[in-house]
Amino acid sequence: METCIYNVIAFYMLAAVILGSAVMIVAVRNIVHSVLFLAACFISMAGIYLLLDAVYLAIIQVLIYAGAVCIMIIFGIMLIRRADMKESNLFNKQTKLAAGVVAMTLAVYGILAGKTAWTDVTSNVPVPADSLDKIGGLLLSQYVIPFEVAALLLTVALIGAIMLAREVKADGDN
Amino acid sequence: MVTISLTHYVMLSAILFSIGLFGVLAKKNAVSVLICIELMLNAVNINFIAFSKYITPADFMGQIFAIFVITVAAAEVGVGLAIIIAIYRNNLPVDLDEIDWLKW
Amino acid sequence: MLVEFAMHHAWLVPLIPALSFLIIVFLTRPFEKLTAFLSVSFMAISCFFASLAAYGVFNNHELAEHPLVYNFFNWLSIGIPGANELQINLGVQLDPTSAMMLFMVSFVATFIQLYSVGYMKGDPGFSTFFSYVSLFAASMLLLVISSNLLEMFVAWEGVGLCSYLLIGFYSHKISAREAAKKAFVTCRVADFGLLLGILGLVITFGTLDIMELNDKINNFKEYTSYGTLTLLAVLVFIGPIAKSGQFPLHVWLPDAMEGPTPVSALIHAATMVVAGVYLVARMMFLFDAVPAAMNMVAITGGFTALFAALIAITQTEIKRILAYSTVSQLGYMMLALGVGSLTASMFHMWTHAFFKALMFLAAGSVIHAVHTPNVWKMGGIVKKMPVTSWTFVVGGLAISGIPPFAGFWSKDEILVATMNSGHYVLYAMGAFTAFLTAFYMWRLIFLAFYGKEKPENHPHESPWTMCVPLVVLAVGATVGGFFGMPWNNMWAHWIFFGEPHHAGHVAWGAMISSVALAVAGIYLAYRLYLKDTEKVKARQLAEKYQFWYQLSFNKFYIDEIFLWFNHTVVDGSAKLMYLFDIYVVDGIVNGLGGFARLTGDGLRVLQTGSMQNYALVFFLGVLAVTILMAFTGPSAAGLVLGGVM
Repeated sequence: METCIYNVIAFYMLAAVILGSAVMIVAVRNIVHSVLFLAACFISMAGIYLLLDAVYLAIIQVLIYAGAVCIMIIFGIMLIRRADMKESNLFNKQTKLAAGVVAMTLAVYGILAGKTAWTDVTSNVPVPADSLDKIGGLLLSQYVIPFEVAALLLTVALIGAIMLAREVKADGDN
Repeated sequence: MVTISLTHYVMLSAILFSIGLFGVLAKKNAVSVLICIELMLNAVNINFIAFSKYITPADFMGQIFAIFVITVAAAEVGVGLAIIIAIYRNNLPVDLDEIDWLKW
Repeated sequence: MLVEFAMHHAWLVPLIPALSFLIIVFLTRPFEKLTAFLSVSFMAISCFFASLAAYGVFNNHELAEHPLVYNFFNWLSIGIPGANELQINLGVQLDPTSAMMLFMVSFVATFIQLYSVGYMKGDPGFSTFFSYVSLFAASMLLLVISSNLLEMFVAWEGVGLCSYLLIGFYSHKISAREAAKKAFVTCRVADFGLLLGILGLVITFGTLDIMELNDKINNFKEYTSYGTLTLLAVLVFIGPIAKSGQFPLHVWLPDAMEGPTPVSALIHAATMVVAGVYLVARMMFLFDAVPAAMNMVAITGGFTALFAALIAITQTEIKRILAYSTVSQLGYMMLALGVGSLTASMFHMWTHAFFKALMFLAAGSVIHAVHTPNVWKMGGIVKKMPVTSWTFVVGGLAISGIPPFAGFWSKDEILVATMNSGHYVLYAMGAFTAFLTAFYMWRLIFLAFYGKEKPENHPHESPWTMCVPLVVLAVGATVGGFFGMPWNNMWAHWIFFGEPHHAGHVAWGAMISSVALAVAGIYLAYRLYLKDTEKVKARQLAEKYQFWYQLSFNKFYIDEIFLWFNHTVVDGSAKLMYLFDIYVVDGIVNGLGGFARLTGDGLRVLQTGSMQNYALVFFLGVLAVTILMAFTGPSAAGLVLGGVM
């Protein structure tokens, strides 16, 4: 499939931003900075979604991830704030071991991705232009039950989060 | 002719997933681990959407799956943060190194 | 009419004493007179039924061939119904042999209970004693009329238990307790052999019913080999060896004299000890099928008879002499069975019950009067205790084999049977035993009842409750043998195995020679112990044959051999077992435990409790599974895209 040269440039730039900020998320010592890089990562990912003709997902990526999730995490950090914010994001004792496992995971993943003959399965049909309509229709017809279950899950998670994080009464036993 | 194929997206996703995995396994701060889980989920989402575009463009299966992943991720972040706050409220350590309550 | 009733309700005979046992234990224990009355009268009723049943059986010749078997109910059903089910019924079997035993046991038991009323007077355990004796009578009678081996075995253990309880009746005496233990343990050891034999019979023939076993063993080749049957017969015979005091397990019987004398008379002379003989008689078809086992029975019996008689000639305690005499007579019975004469054996059992019970009761009466069991310290009692003494003399004449007393006919029958079967060595042993029997019995009589009176003794005649049984039993010992005289042969018509015995043939030679031997024995005893008032000859003989005297006096050191065996072999192997247990068994068990604990300690480290640690391992696992599936499966694409395509 032919790809426009701008798309190629855009992909590499977005990929560079995503991976760079991901590395920074893990590497920086300040958790607040971590969250900032996370926001950048999410936004670039919305760009990748646009390249993949997923307009709707790009929108909700910005809305939910870059907006809601990042803000929520920032609030969480504020609530459990401690004195030395600069040293708030350190590595633990099993870092080297984890690096080994991750390297192996990446190697296996890479080998599998390289070995797989993707061209056998790719179809050249372009993504329909009215993807938003299609997704809306599918969600409320074929996928209505998972959709409703997801709604229920969100409600439960919301109530659960409230119950868990609720301010403990002064005379409470914990 | 330089093109962007499915392989590029899969490799991007793989690297992102690995970085996230490394963060999950190696970071001390519980919030940081949550963030890295988000990275991993996003890597998965890239895969879904890429497959959706390149393999089954017409029926949007990957995209719809990605929507559910995002929903679940949002719920997960909410509950996870609530748990961390509850732990903090009880004056217990938030450092994962010090949390070993699953021990015998 | 009443006879019919008694025959068809023979189970009442053991049930009545059992009832009396229960009533005494639960109701009348504090009231001694009532207990005694109850016990004796119940026993008498039982005896009445038994004699009616016996009368009925002896008037019906059919029953010798086809016993009257009543199975009341199914006691146990084991196995798959219909296929290989083992049915064990609770029932009674009435034939001339069991009818004779039934009558004999209940008759002797009645008079011994009557005797005990006087003998046990003032004893703190008076009621307990009567309850035990009633229980014993019930067990013994059940043993006699059991229709299958399991029922018989239960009764067998029942009489063993009563024997134990009664030997140890004076439990304040250490020797009594020890004797009770010895009796129980010795019999238990042998009972194990019997139990194995019974199990073997069940496994081989699939039934415990005596009549069925009889049918099946008659053509045993369909079920098993000759060797197996021999083994079974030997195992079954082990039980009687101890119960009937055969060599080498006779050791408990002389010690059993620690019990009250009526018990010695009832259990250890007249009834329980013949249970072994009776069992062999009941299983005669089994032994008859294997000549090797028959020979073993005969040799065991003959040897025991001689062996015990040799011990008896030097003993000093009156009850011990009688005990060894019992062992010797039981040997005779076994000998008779071994040479295939059920008739002679049962006949001797019958007469022996009378004269031996009589002698024990008389001995008890004497001990009661002079307060010592040592025959050397008695003497001249005959003037003060005429009834006791003369009845004892009757018993002595009977056991020595002087006609026309009972023992003569039965012993003669045994000797004739032995000779007729061709066992000449055993015949010689039996004849010599007869001589020894006369000698030791009259040694006892001359020492204890005649001779000089000892000034320290103040004997007096016993009360009527003790004298009446003596007289009755003396009459029995006198006329009891007339049933089996070779001229009329009534006995052989009733009780036989296989073919009825010869009739009308009188073995004059054997008869005269045994009388001569008996008279010679009595005369020797007279010369040594009565005429020679200072007993010089006896002492000289004892010194001259010091070795043999000591051997006999110390009962051939059988007890010491057993002790030695116990201390070296049994204790030694026990010690080995102990070490094996401590080091090997415990070692394995503790080792397993220790291994589990060590592994636990090692593996515990893995449980860090840290989520990230678990996640790490979890991902390692995912990785491993992925590699396994991707690189060993048919194609990597299949794994990755299988879900999509």
